[in-house]
Amino acid sequence: MSPHVLAGEAFEAPGTADFWQPLVGNGAWAITRPMVVVALSVVLIGVVMMRLARRMELVPGRAQFAGEGVYDLVRNAVAIDFIGAKKFRPYLPLLLTLFLMVLVNNLAGAIPFIQFPSFSRIGFAIALTLVVFVTYHAIGIRRKGLGGYFAGLMPPGVPALLVPLVYALELLTYFITRPLTLALRLFANMFAGHTVLLVFSLGAEYMLLHGANPLIRVASVGSFAMAIVMTFFEILIQFLQAYIFVLLTAYYIADALADEH
Amino acid sequence: MEGSLNAVGYGLAAIGPAIAVGLIFAAYINGVARQPESRGMLQPIAILGFALAEALAILGFVLYFI
Repeated sequence: MSPHVLAGEAFEAPGTADFWQPLVGNGAWAITRPMVVVALSVVLIGVVMMRLARRMELVPGRAQFAGEGVYDLVRNAVAIDFIGAKKFRPYLPLLLTLFLMVLVNNLAGAIPFIQFPSFSRIGFAIALTLVVFVTYHAIGIRRKGLGGYFAGLMPPGVPALLVPLVYALELLTYFITRPLTLALRLFANMFAGHTVLLVFSLGAEYMLLHGANPLIRVASVGSFAMAIVMTFFEILIQFLQAYIFVLLTAYYIADALADEH
Repeated sequence: MEGSLNAVGYGLAAIGPAIAVGLIFAAYINGVARQPESRGMLQPIAILGFALAEALAILGFVLYFI
């Protein structure tokens, strides 16, 4: 849409600047909106899960049923499927915590008035990824020893000529590609999704309030409708991203636990 | 409103991963249609493949901003 169509001040497309929202102070030590969302999510998850765990009944109530559903998903569809029924138990708390943390923070992007997915700031995604990164390397090194772990990165059956090349690629995969994509996937999905919502809702607001003629003002209804439709689509993606995050974590842990590459 | 060639470039770059994701889910649907019991086994594999193919689009998304 060019400024000729929409008279008045030109429409400013939402961008990265919309994601910097300091609430207290400014600069490096500011308390920002995603920080508050993360703090709230930690309190929420802690209180809800502790209350659920304290009052377990043989015939589950509605809340316990929902809690067990989440636990079931992580335990059966992720941990047992990827790590295996014999070894998954020590890693289940980490996986469940990661899943709830990512899920609640993502869904915060769709809850009215909170409406900010904290992982659309990459720092939060990097922090979670660091936990995963350290975990899967620590598991591998503890199992095979430092030398054994680095020797084990090499897949068997590679011709001698190709060994340096393949080994370099493997190192790249384990130390750069994996953490990079894990953090970026979560961040980029949340960032892009939230930007789409911003485009439609800010566009609608602009068309409604600053539209040059009545037709454009009426057309803002379509933009509002798209914002609502995209919000539901976002909820799906937010859930999917939480699932993918734990799924990949389980996959990396399983890989570190495997004897053969 | 001003545009950026980065956006065009990212749009082109997203074609590859988009086709890849489509192929992965096509294969998954095919598999489940032929053998519905295999759904539980195929689902994590499909999602894993989807995540790996999507990684390429994500890297392109970063280059968009650089």
